[in-house]
Amino acid sequence: MDLKFSSRRAGGAVIAAALATSGLAACGASASATPTLGWYYQPDNGGTAILAQECSDGSNGEYKITTHQLPVSSDSARQQLVVRLAAGDSSISMISLDPIYIPEFAQAGFLEQIPDSDAAAVTKNAFQPAINAARWDGKLYGVPWQGNVQLLWYSKPVVKAEGLDMAKPVTWDQIIDAAKADHKTIAAQGALYEGYAVWINALVQSAGGKIVLNPGAQPDKLELGLDSKAGETAAAIIAKMVSAGVSGPALSTEEEAQSLALFQGSGTAALASNAGFMVNWPYVWAAFTASQRSEVGFTQYPEAVAGMPAKIPFGGIALVGTTTTKYHAQVLAAEQCLSSPTHQEQYLVHEASPMVDSALYSLPATKSEFPDGLAAAIVTAEDHAGPRPQSQFYNDLSSALETKFSPPDSVNSSTPATAQKFILQVLKGQKLI
Amino acid sequence: MTAILEASPPSPPPPPSLPREEPPRRKPPMSQKTRQERNLGWKLVAPAFLVMMAVVLYPILNALYLSLFNYRLTDASARSFIWFTNYQVILTDSAWWDAVWVSTIIMVASIVIEFPLGMALAMVMNRVVIPRRTLRTVVLIPYSIITVVSAYGWQYAFQPSSGFISKWLHDITFGAFNSQYDWFGHHWSALVAIMFSEVWKTTPFMSLLLLAGLAQVPGELLEAAEVDGATFWERLRKVTLPAMKGAIMVAMLFRALDAFRIFDNIFIMTNGSVGTTSVGVLAYTQTITRSEIGIGSAISILLFVLVCLIAFVFIKVFKTDMGKVRGE
Repeated sequence: MDLKFSSRRAGGAVIAAALATSGLAACGASASATPTLGWYYQPDNGGTAILAQECSDGSNGEYKITTHQLPVSSDSARQQLVVRLAAGDSSISMISLDPIYIPEFAQAGFLEQIPDSDAAAVTKNAFQPAINAARWDGKLYGVPWQGNVQLLWYSKPVVKAEGLDMAKPVTWDQIIDAAKADHKTIAAQGALYEGYAVWINALVQSAGGKIVLNPGAQPDKLELGLDSKAGETAAAIIAKMVSAGVSGPALSTEEEAQSLALFQGSGTAALASNAGFMVNWPYVWAAFTASQRSEVGFTQYPEAVAGMPAKIPFGGIALVGTTTTKYHAQVLAAEQCLSSPTHQEQYLVHEASPMVDSALYSLPATKSEFPDGLAAAIVTAEDHAGPRPQSQFYNDLSSALETKFSPPDSVNSSTPATAQKFILQVLKGQKLI
Repeated sequence: MTAILEASPPSPPPPPSLPREEPPRRKPPMSQKTRQERNLGWKLVAPAFLVMMAVVLYPILNALYLSLFNYRLTDASARSFIWFTNYQVILTDSAWWDAVWVSTIIMVASIVIEFPLGMALAMVMNRVVIPRRTLRTVVLIPYSIITVVSAYGWQYAFQPSSGFISKWLHDITFGAFNSQYDWFGHHWSALVAIMFSEVWKTTPFMSLLLLAGLAQVPGELLEAAEVDGATFWERLRKVTLPAMKGAIMVAMLFRALDAFRIFDNIFIMTNGSVGTTSVGVLAYTQTITRSEIGIGSAISILLFVLVCLIAFVFIKVFKTDMGKVRGE
């Protein structure tokens, strides 16, 4: 009996304690009413966290940004985000998003539109391709932030030996022939992943074509331009690179990091003994040692057709706000803070990552990060960037494209036509990838 | 030797009181002890059974339901009921049959390689007294490594830029093998690398299950066979293997199902390129990469059906009566 009584009392005490605790917690919550914005970003060297802290501190209690890392590759990041946003995850307030996914996310209703009244301010001084990439259906959904562009990196001794004038535009044919003659390699991205679609798209656009002819169309009305002269030129370049034996030992599993490893080699004193050329993003500059840098040259992306300026692969990051968050005004304020010229410069210096503010590239700090004309080369590349096809079905489109062009040593003149047919069948739900 | 096995007690003649027209294959009535054991068994497994029903049956039924829709996660408003169209698309697509083929090859190769290897390891572990614990720990190390980690390890090992496999083969063959061979650039070589990683990782599991089976083999039978002059191979073939038939069936079934559902190794090593997409990778690509919940669910359901089919075939082929294994 005593035991029963005491257990009942104990139970009552537990409930009372629980109620008291929850009451206290509620008081605490109302006391600290600063909205917390979850910022999901792709891994970096700490620049994101620093900016998040500075903007939080500078907001005077308007918001507090917490940072959360996404997977390294943009397609893996997309997978996680799609699942969580579709489930209405309100903890995701803001995303550092590869702009190629803006159409898909906007169409799905995941992204909050930037008000027209703020659009001009958040895109001031931004490179035009970055602004275009952040738009969908005539509306601005992201604040252009990072502006990545690929360059052609080369070994100075190799181009000297082969007599290539790198001050002028060079073609893929020229560098393939030079690498073959000197028994060197060309590092490019041919693995079955989104980076391969970046390469194929650059080749098609540089040859005067377009993969998607009518962006925004539904699958039954979508028109593709792969089965064309430009598509054949793109396929011919890939096939020539493989057949010439200059693509390195494992093009079929080569992503950006492997390309850098192939070009850079394992030593620190010099580049790899078979290093010839590499197409890659500017972050590779920071990876070269001082002695390697003296050997490395850089110039604009190779032309697919002589005399026709190359359309340079464009990547980067746009800051987007989600519709699932409760704090739209605070997210916009945070985006404005993070994309301010001061913070863009700070991030550029910290991460050695090209940003979209064109005014930054004349600053001494930027020239120090990107020396010897690299800053100017990046600006030129940004102006000539050829974005990937904008489509709400980009993920399917690029996956199907990569599948049919993979492995690179299977690419031939009929590959573009096969890929075009396959992509349309996939988008119409008639084929699996 | 054969006499030993044939010496197992013959089934007792029917008691004279039983009518001759009684169906000979009728199950004998359950003893009191067996009935009590069965009831206790049900009570013990009931909580786990209920939890399993909640976490396994519901997703299966939900996947079955979703497989009847055209449903893309990023276009949820356009979701439409399309009956069995997804199944029709899958079963008429060569990508599905290629994936089934790849899964089957990996399953068959895994079992064929792992069974003798696992059996040998199990026999060594069973016989060796010193250092038994150390040996068992060492053998089990690959199995304790997370598959994704081992897949990355073997990917680096096979890659020409960072790996040693091609270089070793180059040295062993006095230069005949290309030291820069791109294992992941060709269909069969990529499959070999994937299967190598799979076998390395899971053979210890097979050996562990077979070791449990070996412990069931009556020592007196083996001794009697030895006294009768049976050789090692005769003892293995006529005594050990038949006596551990149940354990072999369980080991092979577990490995067959695991190998057929292979995902991690392929996902890391090739991501399905050069025709190495298994059924599991195909389901992942449609469901997660493409966010096509409908068609992805349909593939998952078909994978489930295939797995059930494999289990059914195994049980039929082995004709194992689990009751006998229990010693009833």
